Amino acid sequence: MIAGPSLAGPLAPSEVEQPVDETTAVPDRPWVVIVWNDPINLMSYVTYVLQKLFGYPKPKAERLMWQVHTEGRAAVASGPRETCELHVFRLHEHGLWATMQQDD
Amino acid sequence: MGLFDRRRVRRRGPGRYELRLPATERTVLADLVAQLRELLVATTDDPLVRRLFPTAYHVDADRDREYQQLVRDELLERRLAALSTVEETLELDSLDEAQLTGWMTAINDVRLVLGTRLDVSEEPVEIDLDDPEAPPTPSTSTSGSCSARWSTPSRATCPSPTRTPAEPAPVPDLSASAALLVSPPYPQRGANPGRRQVPRAPIV
Repeated sequence: MIAGPSLAGPLAPSEVEQPVDETTAVPDRPWVVIVWNDPINLMSYVTYVLQKLFGYPKPKAERLMWQVHTEGRAAVASGPRETCELHVFRLHEHGLWATMQQDD
Repeated sequence: MGLFDRRRVRRRGPGRYELRLPATERTVLADLVAQLRELLVATTDDPLVRRLFPTAYHVDADRDREYQQLVRDELLERRLAALSTVEETLELDSLDEAQLTGWMTAINDVRLVLGTRLDVSEEPVEIDLDDPEAPPTPSTSTSGSCSARWSTPSRATCPSPTRTPAEPAPVPDLSASAALLVSPPYPQRGANPGRRQVPRAPIV
């Protein structure tokens, strides 16, 4: 916390607030990796890739795969931008249709 | 014995996989892999192979451009490496895990390009039964809902492939498949060229 005894006086704020700086005060919103439904990749293959790349247990990978299949998309991972770029690259390498965007 | 009644790949101990692929299929695969290499070496911007180099930032074109510049070559290298793995191990009856992964990547890439070429979509396909080229059994679905049989045990029931294996599967006519990827295998329905393009942004 900021201690400001030297500011004591008639104009001193009764409460010291942290300066608000838009560039630093808003924490970096995490990025989200999204896998999109596509008509070509096999369901079993998508499940396999999610298990392999993210180490997800099979039930979780299958749940995400079904979400992709039925809802058209699923967020499969999140984190800092660099990490997500790597995830997207690996998903592309395996032929999945993946993009990333900053979390809302 | 038909071509469809056994698995092509079986695990044979830790990190070893037995490959049981008829010679005809190996020949077809070699041919397709060679065609895909030809396509990829020529360009990565052709709509046919765009699916192998998808958009990463679908809401930010500038960032996506940067990203593509950064990784396109690397992605291409890895695709070509997977094709090389298949080419180098095509005659083998046993693969290790890394080789099998290469096979899986290469075959899936071939599937993606073939799917793009054939305009595979989630929409049900209406078949004109008067069309002499119509398949004997209308396939119920063209979506990717069929479990892969060659790498994992099939759980889901697979919708009939275009040609059902009720009769002995015909030996592939290699002359017909020779240009399956590189040029259209049959006349394209040119009246609707837009349908052949791979969308650059995902369809929500």
